[in-house]
Amino acid sequence: MVNKMRESIIMKIHYGTALAAVALVAVHVLMRLTQSFSESLEYANVIANYQFLPYAGMLEIILILLSIHGFNGLRVILLELKQGKKYEKAVSYGCVAAMVGLIAYGSRTIIMVNMGVV
Amino acid sequence: MTQVPSIAEEQTAKSSSSSKSVKLRIAKYNPEHDGESKFMEFSIPYERWTTVLEAILKVKKHFDHSVAVRYSCRQATCGSCGMIINGKPRLACFTKISELDSDVVTVEPMNNFPIIRDLAVRFERLFDTHNKVKPYLIREDSEIKSNEKEFLQSPEEVEQYIQFSNCIKCGLCNSACPTMATDSSFIGPQALAQAYRYVADSRDKGKDTRLKIIDESHGIWRCHFAGSCSQVCPKGVDPAMGIQFLRGYLLGFRS
Repeated sequence: MVNKMRESIIMKIHYGTALAAVALVAVHVLMRLTQSFSESLEYANVIANYQFLPYAGMLEIILILLSIHGFNGLRVILLELKQGKKYEKAVSYGCVAAMVGLIAYGSRTIIMVNMGVV
Repeated sequence: MTQVPSIAEEQTAKSSSSSKSVKLRIAKYNPEHDGESKFMEFSIPYERWTTVLEAILKVKKHFDHSVAVRYSCRQATCGSCGMIINGKPRLACFTKISELDSDVVTVEPMNNFPIIRDLAVRFERLFDTHNKVKPYLIREDSEIKSNEKEFLQSPEEVEQYIQFSNCIKCGLCNSACPTMATDSSFIGPQALAQAYRYVADSRDKGKDTRLKIIDESHGIWRCHFAGSCSQVCPKGVDPAMGIQFLRGYLLGFRS
């Protein structure tokens, strides 16, 4: 499926995720400015951020946007470095797997905090 | 009967009247025998109007006839004599030594092309990618029958693509392209510019076919808009602009 997707569709997603991420990361940075840098990294504050659902939802969206954008960028770089049918297939599927893995790991953190496991 | 001097005599006579000379460094490399290329140096007299190609031909005639160079028209029309001159891809017949403003002129084969020998490179990849984008008008009624008019266009419609039809397939844009250096499957600026030339032609009906061809993993999206293709084109074609216009079609900004 990854190999069959038209490159223009992939690139539209690539540009779209970049634009959306810029907007959301700006909000994220502004939120950090509400307290000092050291304060924002304190354990209790980090947990509080994750437990505040609208903010946790935004962090989840940022995670998804940046994972899609970043791993597609990596795919493009790797495709330009070396060519070959097997290699390109491995790169495409590898990047999708890594992207899904990263989103799953990040989501797990948010879910665990909200479930009170952490 | 007056004896007509041979070309060799003419050139020698011109050479002897020249007050300036340049050190011409020519890359010599035979992939069948040599491990790496080496430079041969020649001191060549030149006039204000002497081109790099003429200097190379002087070397071939008077010093080393084994120098391999491809050339034909000597007037920037055939696109045969592309090479790297003082680090930049240029046509040897279109580059005057006096304009280079240097006492040393170094000529090397074009980058991103397999070397046949010395300055001659293989063009198969360029011609393959050129053919891939279907560089001709696609329409069902392409044959004009008797009593029919030609496919008329307004000056504005011609303006859309006319600069792109100046491409002489010299390969300088592909040689300058940084993506071509790393991506052996990249379609290249020459083919993309030609794809735009026909996509933008109001007489053509093959837009969707061509856009599909260039919309692949080693197609138009691998261009990073370095713009070096447009900078080196000897015919004033702007492949980088054509590529951006094609992207506009694919992203839905143009129709």
